[in-house]
Amino acid sequence: MPAAPVHPGPVHPGPVPAVRRALASLGYAVGLPVLLVVAWALATRGTTNLYYPPPSRVLTAFVSTWLAPDTLVRDVLPSLGRFAVGVLLSIVIGVVVGTAIGATPWLRALLEPMLEFFRAIPPVVLVPVLMLLLGIDDTMKLAVIVSGSVWPVLLNTIEGVRGTDPVLVDTSRSYRVRGLLAYRYVVLPAASPQIMAGVRLALSIGLILMVISEMFASSSGLGYQIVYFQRQYMVAEMWSGILLLGLVGVAVAAVFQLVERRVLHWYHGSREVARA
Amino acid sequence: MLGTLGVAGFALTWELVAWAEVVNPAYLPRFSTTAARLVTELGEPRFWSALGDTVVTWALGLLIAVAAAVVAGAVIGLVPFLRRATHSTVEFLRPIPSVAIIPLAVLVAGLSREAALVIVVYAPFWQVFIQVLYGVGDVDTVADDTARSFGLGRLQRLRHVVLPTALPYVITGFRLAASIALVLTITAELVIGNPGIGRQIDVYRSAPDAPGLYALVLVTGLLGLLVNLVTRLVERRVLHWHPSVRREGVA
Amino acid sequence: MPENTPLLSVRDLKKTYQGASGPVEAIGSITFDVRPGELVCIVGPSGCGKTTLLKCLSGLLPPTAGSVTLDGAEVTAPPKKMAVVFQEYGRSLYPWLTVRDNVGLPLKARGVPRRERLAAVERALEEVGLGHALDTYPWQLSGGMQQRVAIARAVAYEPEILVMDEPFAAVDAQTRADLEDLVRRVWQDLGVTVLFVTHDIDESVYLGERVLMLSSSPTVVQQDLAIDLPAARDQLTTRAMPRFTELRTQVYEQIQRAKRGETVAAPS
Repeated sequence: MPAAPVHPGPVHPGPVPAVRRALASLGYAVGLPVLLVVAWALATRGTTNLYYPPPSRVLTAFVSTWLAPDTLVRDVLPSLGRFAVGVLLSIVIGVVVGTAIGATPWLRALLEPMLEFFRAIPPVVLVPVLMLLLGIDDTMKLAVIVSGSVWPVLLNTIEGVRGTDPVLVDTSRSYRVRGLLAYRYVVLPAASPQIMAGVRLALSIGLILMVISEMFASSSGLGYQIVYFQRQYMVAEMWSGILLLGLVGVAVAAVFQLVERRVLHWYHGSREVARA
Repeated sequence: MLGTLGVAGFALTWELVAWAEVVNPAYLPRFSTTAARLVTELGEPRFWSALGDTVVTWALGLLIAVAAAVVAGAVIGLVPFLRRATHSTVEFLRPIPSVAIIPLAVLVAGLSREAALVIVVYAPFWQVFIQVLYGVGDVDTVADDTARSFGLGRLQRLRHVVLPTALPYVITGFRLAASIALVLTITAELVIGNPGIGRQIDVYRSAPDAPGLYALVLVTGLLGLLVNLVTRLVERRVLHWHPSVRREGVA
Repeated sequence: MPENTPLLSVRDLKKTYQGASGPVEAIGSITFDVRPGELVCIVGPSGCGKTTLLKCLSGLLPPTAGSVTLDGAEVTAPPKKMAVVFQEYGRSLYPWLTVRDNVGLPLKARGVPRRERLAAVERALEEVGLGHALDTYPWQLSGGMQQRVAIARAVAYEPEILVMDEPFAAVDAQTRADLEDLVRRVWQDLGVTVLFVTHDIDESVYLGERVLMLSSSPTVVQQDLAIDLPAARDQLTTRAMPRFTELRTQVYEQIQRAKRGETVAAPS
């Protein structure tokens, strides 16, 4: 297995350089963030500027606002729950429908222009439409998330199924691997690199729509709270909300990467071998 | 063409569902009503000024995002120290959903185009920035060393080695950024309320004027398709003019 | 089954593609039989439709006219009693499955119980000398080893006929010699019928008990030649035999004629 580091660097004997290298990595990772926070703290020290509160105040606001059991249960968890359910629904719908369309050439030709059109619609404009059709409730918020995040999964799945290596298709046919078994062991894995790329997009679109649907039409949730703080000029609280959304975004990206590494380990592995 | 049939089928389904009044007709107008409304809308100066506003915000946002990202990406990408030092910060900032900063933008810039631009620039900036980093990181060290041994200066190397390698990445970033910027432009108009198609959609929603709302949703879809089409064309054109930077040359 | 009844019978097989500029005749008319237990090589100049022929034989592609019969039943879909080894080993193995699962998947599809399946997989991989590689992924193996996995998959499938489409075209010479001997051994050990398609004249003579020579497109069987070399073959001694050279020359001349487009006497 080729696992050569990209930058071998100067060769030092003994274990000390390894420690030094680890410390250097750590330094690089936290250096700039620490610097930025310190700069922010210094710049806002003692000021009463309404718009830019010092980091300590934002941190206090973060703890008191978002970690209070009340907010956690009423706003944060329901928001995250809707996000999770919405994205999961999008993935299931996108993959199931996408594999069906991808495997049926005439259906694909029939639907593709329409699907491209739906994907091109900015997902947020569906918020007013769905508000009209469904009213203002959890169903509408879920529908908003699904209506935006389903397209990248759906279209990527179609693309992935269509792009399955014809030799693999022939192999499966000649060994009579059919039906559910072929779906599970051939069709889905063959399309999975594309599907995962679609899921990554679906996650970021879903997060945006979770926030938007609450900003628009809600009396609770992360998006609602942030807008509320802004309107009330509770700036530190608002900043802490942005921080929370940033953290959610980072956490979602990290979880995705973990899952992707697992699901596509064969893909990354074989590409690495092919490059070497 | 089967695809045309698909579009016709969609229109027909819409017409029938609305005709059967599965949903309250005040909320779901027929396709024919919507299409007729779209045609009337096209005759209204109000529509064209909204469209103009949207296009200007989009173009400005995209321009700022691409310019800033190319400069920042090139500088950070070419200096290994900066590249390493900024990595964690970039990875933190990038996934922040752009809408999260809407309240901040409104607080700082009011209900204005400037506030919208903050949103419109944010996400596309990262998209292009990352692509530029990839592009600059992809420069063949052999080619660079060769150029250096021929005595090419820093600027010349930038022009003849780095630029051709990074260009396809930048163009791809540009294409993705153009779509994202459009989505965010309309989002910002809808949420912040600065003039444009997005605000018009919200006006029709609260009226409520369902045919107008649906007609404008169709317009945004068509606008999105148009942006895709044009950027794809630009991508093909630019990469076509630079045969030396095709994928084969990179690998 | 009596020895003389053919296992595989191809009658007037014809395949025309709808090309951009009208129909393209890939296979003119092919007729031949393969008897049970034979090892038959099909050799022809490149571009003569070998792969098309193979796809028709294996039920992956419907012929335009004519018929393929396997064990008395007409082939209209991939038959149960046939296993295929494709040329592109890198693309015919599932990169997301381990070697074990690659070999086992067709058995799973057939409903072989787990315990029995795992035993069959291990046996087949032992047979091709890859008993140690059960839990690796195909892309971690060399080209030759990947093709061994594909052969093991075919062997584990326990077919009556094993069809191989230029399986060694993309591996280096040394590996190729090893794999050729592996095919001979599998054939002798398991008593399976083998149909081996190649463009390599030496390979066809070394491997086959019979060699069918195809003409250029539109393809017909140009000659059907029995290879009367001893059954125990060896890369060094067999290839050094005067008879080997004679047969090789014969095949070579036919192929050259085929390339020039000369038709020769009907197949024997």
